[in-house]
Amino acid sequence: MQVTRTSPLSRAAMLIGLVVLVALAAAPWWAGRAELRLFGEMFLYMALATLWNLLAGYAGLVSVGQQAYVGLGGYAFFALTMLFGVPVYLALPLAALGGAIVAAPVAALIFRLRGAYFAIGTWVISEVFRLIAAQTPALGGGSGTSLPAGIVKTLAASRDGREAAAYWLALGVMALVLGAAFAVLRSRQGIALTAIRDNELAARSLGIDIWRTKFVTYVLVGGLTALVGALIFLQKLRISPEAAFSANDWTAFVIFIVVIGGIGTLEGPILGTLIFFALRETMADLGTLYLIALGVVAIAVMLKAPSGLWGLIRARTGAELFPLSYRVTGLTARRPAPSKD
Amino acid sequence: MDWANAVIQGTLLGGLYALFAAGLSLIFGVMRLVNIAHGDLIVLAAYLGLTVSTALGLHPLAALALVVPAMFAIGYALQRVILNRTMGGDILPPLLVTFGLSIILQNGLLTVYSADPQKLQAGGLETASISAGGLTVGVLPLIVFVTAVAIIGGLQWMFYRTALGRAFRATSDRQDVAQLMGLNRAHVFGLAMGLSLAVTAVAGIFLGVRTSFDPAVGGSRLIFGFEAVIIGGLGNLWGTLAGGIILGVSQAIGGQIHPGLQLLAGHIVFLVILAVRPRGLFPKMED
Repeated sequence: MQVTRTSPLSRAAMLIGLVVLVALAAAPWWAGRAELRLFGEMFLYMALATLWNLLAGYAGLVSVGQQAYVGLGGYAFFALTMLFGVPVYLALPLAALGGAIVAAPVAALIFRLRGAYFAIGTWVISEVFRLIAAQTPALGGGSGTSLPAGIVKTLAASRDGREAAAYWLALGVMALVLGAAFAVLRSRQGIALTAIRDNELAARSLGIDIWRTKFVTYVLVGGLTALVGALIFLQKLRISPEAAFSANDWTAFVIFIVVIGGIGTLEGPILGTLIFFALRETMADLGTLYLIALGVVAIAVMLKAPSGLWGLIRARTGAELFPLSYRVTGLTARRPAPSKD
Repeated sequence: MDWANAVIQGTLLGGLYALFAAGLSLIFGVMRLVNIAHGDLIVLAAYLGLTVSTALGLHPLAALALVVPAMFAIGYALQRVILNRTMGGDILPPLLVTFGLSIILQNGLLTVYSADPQKLQAGGLETASISAGGLTVGVLPLIVFVTAVAIIGGLQWMFYRTALGRAFRATSDRQDVAQLMGLNRAHVFGLAMGLSLAVTAVAGIFLGVRTSFDPAVGGSRLIFGFEAVIIGGLGNLWGTLAGGIILGVSQAIGGQIHPGLQLLAGHIVFLVILAVRPRGLFPKMED
């Protein structure tokens, strides 16, 4: 008998994932400018969805205010490069650090709110950030500001070079976020998180420090979300309070992605992002009707298949692409039944 | 005198916030449900008021006679058809379903009514005012405030003096035991949501008469209502009124200091109270 985390499927998936990653890294040589932009945007949404899923799907912290950190990261990046002359490649990690530093006292405050009230509390925080940004004349106040050409040109001299650099940064951050989420979930912290996801009371009675586990997760996610935010506005080259702290763009879409793909799994947000972008590219001309349809689909999924599309696939086949669960093999000659973590 | 005036205007505005909050407080008290679409439902009521008053040529306040029952029916149906399926130990399904509902409502209103700001025309009532000792108070804000006090008093009476209130309190205490005692939980929940949206209807019409509105303003109405509930303390309706007034006065004083500080001041007072008294000023209920 043997206890393993990997399965032939997960080994194959990791290998294919690596090949896809290499192929994507070479995209500036085989894809056009429009495709690069689309891919870059997809990677950033995939990162946001993975981060929101860590909060809501694992730590039980359902936030509807993650736009607070997207906007904070964007504004921190603009302030560092424009006002303090920090080089672009240094400003990105500093924006992430800033997000984490701000997330700590915010967590201490809003963790006092339970459950659904926590959700609205996170929204209040993002409103506060938005109003502060709108009251900061150095960053353009309510109408926002653009990144000066001089700073943009430090990325690369040619336009193609800049497009490629922005693309690689987005790919790199997506890989970093997925890697971080995977590493966290495989660690001691991740086992605690999985226990909290399954049953908070039982986790507490096993001696898990719930508050500390949630706090560490919230701060980590805040920092990484700020990093994604900095990249989003590096690509847009323009920031305004409305765009930076948009609940629709940075939270509503992200929630749809995670709910449709499968909440509480690492694969779900990836699958959800692919579906979301496929729908968007084919149906976005419908405008508000498209958004109404998204809302209806999300409600239907939540009512009929709360574990999302990946949850359905996993329940049928036991498939798991990221080796996270422990499985016992070699007990009998037959293939073991799909384990649930 | 400017400051005294700000406090009075803020208090009256607080009445409107208490109306935003009362429906939220009611459904949380009865079934621990937090409705993310609450703000959008307030805006929906305002638009219903607009349609009714323009189609029938009615005064917006007279339109209440149609909008209140309509919103009650919408609330009851919404709870029975959709939200009851999400009720259980897990907070995620109701939260995400009402979140989806909020997106549907916002975009639905955008499709039907466009993004142009609208306002309910109340004629001379909008500008009528009473002056006393150098202070001027609008009649309309006063009506809103008095209505808010009356509605909260009525809800309080309903909760503690009527059979329906007893059913609400019993379900709130122990859902399964209430069910065993012959209460139909699904029906009680439906009534609670219906009542919540009936109050929301009043809030929406008053919102539309006081200021202009568009499909996107629901979110901040939800936040104001939520802040009033938390400041006042969970499960305490008079506390919610006090919370609404504290929020309204903070905003008015902030706006008096600098126009850009109006909303920020309200949020900051909320966060300070959360830091100092996490259960609100007058809590009655464990969360």
